[in-house]
Amino acid sequence: MTTSPMRVDSPTGSTPSGRGPVRQTRRLPRWAAAASFAAAIVVALLLGQLRDTHIALLALGAVALGTVLLYSLSRAVEGPRRATDRLTTCLVYSAFGLAMVPLVSLIVEVVRRGAPRLDGEFFSWSLLGVVGEGGGAYHAIMGTLVITGLTTLIAVPIGLMTAIYLVEYGTGRLKRTITFLVDVMTGIPSIVAGLFAYALFALFLGPGVRLGIAGAVALAVLMIPVVVRSAEEVLKLVPNELREAAYALGVPKWRTIVKVVIPTAMAGLATGVTLAIARVIGETAPLLVTVGIANATNFDPFDGRMATLPVYAYYQLTQPGVPPEFAIDRAWTAALVLILIVMGLNVMARLISRFFAPTTGR
Amino acid sequence: MAKRIDVSDLNIYYGSFLAVQDVTVSIEPRSVTALIGPSGCGKSTFLRSINRMHEVLPGARVEGKVIMDGQDLYGPGVDPVDVRRQIGMVFQRPNPFPTMSIYDNVAAGLRLNNKKISKSDLDGLVERSLRGANLWTEVKDRLGRPASGLSGGQQQRLCIARAIAVEPDVLLMDEPASALDPISTLAIEDLMTELKERFTIVIVTHNMQQAARVSEQTGFFNIAGAGQPGRLIEFNPTEKIFSNPDQKATEDYISGRFG
Repeated sequence: MTTSPMRVDSPTGSTPSGRGPVRQTRRLPRWAAAASFAAAIVVALLLGQLRDTHIALLALGAVALGTVLLYSLSRAVEGPRRATDRLTTCLVYSAFGLAMVPLVSLIVEVVRRGAPRLDGEFFSWSLLGVVGEGGGAYHAIMGTLVITGLTTLIAVPIGLMTAIYLVEYGTGRLKRTITFLVDVMTGIPSIVAGLFAYALFALFLGPGVRLGIAGAVALAVLMIPVVVRSAEEVLKLVPNELREAAYALGVPKWRTIVKVVIPTAMAGLATGVTLAIARVIGETAPLLVTVGIANATNFDPFDGRMATLPVYAYYQLTQPGVPPEFAIDRAWTAALVLILIVMGLNVMARLISRFFAPTTGR
Repeated sequence: MAKRIDVSDLNIYYGSFLAVQDVTVSIEPRSVTALIGPSGCGKSTFLRSINRMHEVLPGARVEGKVIMDGQDLYGPGVDPVDVRRQIGMVFQRPNPFPTMSIYDNVAAGLRLNNKKISKSDLDGLVERSLRGANLWTEVKDRLGRPASGLSGGQQQRLCIARAIAVEPDVLLMDEPASALDPISTLAIEDLMTELKERFTIVIVTHNMQQAARVSEQTGFFNIAGAGQPGRLIEFNPTEKIFSNPDQKATEDYISGRFG
C-alpha cells in the first residue's frame, strides 16, 4: 500500500548534520498505512461476528474505514498536503483492486471448474455417440482452427490492402468515406455480421444453410475493421524519409510499399493480425446462426455443420442432456481451452513484435 | 556520365502557394554547385524539383523547364521514376533502410528495381560504391550487420554509397553534413571533391564555409518576407560570390549583416 515518499527532509535522511539547520517535518512511521488497514480489518471482522454480513460488504467497509483512518491520522500529524497524497493513493489502489476482482474471479472460476476435464480424452475425442460421461471437444477445437484460419485468409488481405490504400494512396473524400465506414464496421454487433453472412449464403443455397465458410465470412466482417485500424496505425509510423529514400533511388511507389514500407512495419502488422484473430476467435453469436453445431469431426468448411469451441460450450451448457453435470463440465473446459488459446495468441503477438522488430544491433 | 542541367523560368508551388519564383540557372557538369540562403527561402524545394521529388508531396507542382542534356525532365511522357534513377539524392538526415544490412542498403537501388545481376557483379558494385563513399575499410568486415548500427557520419556515407551505386548522372545533396560532427563533415566534403570527377553535384548548405570550400559555383537564394516566394538572387563562381558579389543582399548575407 502507501509507501512513504522520499524522506530527504527527515532528520534521519542523508543530509549531513552540522551543515546548516535541518528542517524538521513530522512524518507518520512507515508502518502507519499497514497498521490503519489492519485495524480496519479487525474492526470489520468484529462487526461481522456481531451481525451476519456478506464478505464483500465487509471488505468494502474495511477498505473505506482504513482509508478514513489513515487520512485523519495523516492530516493530524503530517498536514493537509501529505494527507491528500495518502488519500489519493488509497483511492487509486482501491480502484485497481476493484478492477481486478471480476478478472481474477473469472479466471479462478474457469480454471477451478474447467481443470478436471482438461485431459487427453478432451483433446482427442469428439462427441460422436457420447452420452453422459467422457467425450471431448476435438471436433470443436478443429472446427475453431479451420474457421478462424479461413477468416484470417479472407480478412488479412482485404484489411491490409485497405490500410495501404488509406495510408499511401487515399486522399480527399474517398479516404474520409472509407475511414468512416471502417469506424462504423468496428461497431457492428456480431449477431448482425452473422445474420448478414447467413442471408448471403441462404440467397444462393436456400434457407437453413449451415456452412463453415459462412461462419468464416461472418467473422471476417468483424475482423476486417480491426485489421485495417491496427495496420493503418503501424503503416503511419513508418518514417516518410524511408519512402523518400526509395523514391530517390528510382524505385516506383508500389515497389517502395512492398519492399520498404511493409518490411519496416512487419512486426506491428503481424502483432495487429494476431490480436485481431484473438478478437474473433471467441465469437459465438455469428457462428450459432451460420455454422451451427455438430457432434462429429468435420474438416470441410464447404460441407455442412461444424462444431466450434464457443458454440460447443454454449450447447453443452444450455442442452446438457441427462444427467447434466458431465456436459456442464465439458462446457467449462471448453471455456478454459478458449481462454488458453487467446492467451497463447497474445503471447505470440509479443514474441512476433520482438523477433520481427528492425534490429539496431550496435 | 555527368550531365549539365539548364533550369529556365522555374516556378514551384505548394498547392496555390508560390514557394520559389523564376529560377533560371545553368549547372555545370563535373563540378560542385552550392546553394546558400536563409531558412525557408526555397533552396531545398528547388533541389527537390530537379529530380522530381517535389511532386511526391500532395498538391505540389512545378512550372517551367528543367533540361538535362537536351531532355526536358518535366516534358510530357517523362516518367519521374526514370528521372530519379538518373538524378540521385542524399538527404539531410541519414536514412538507411532499417530492415536491411549494410550490403543490402548499398544494393537496394538494384534490388528494389529487380535488376538481374550476378552475385559477383553485385559484390563488385557494392565494394566500388562503398570505396567511392570512403566507407569500405570501416565496414568491410561487417557487411551483413544492420545499417542502423553505424554512426551518424557512417550512415550518411552509406546513403551516399547507396545513391552512387545506381550510377546516376547527377547527385543532389540536401544539407548532407548538417547533422554530423566536424570530422564526419570533413569526410563528406573530401568525398564531394572526389565525386565531382564523375558526377554533377548540387549541394544545399547552411554552412557558408562549406560552400566556399567545396563548390565551384554558388547560388544565393533569398526571400523578401514571410509569405513571399523565394528567388535566386545571384548565381556566380564561388570565389566571386565570397569576395566581390554583384548584389548587396548577397554581401550582407555572407558577411552576417542580415536581419
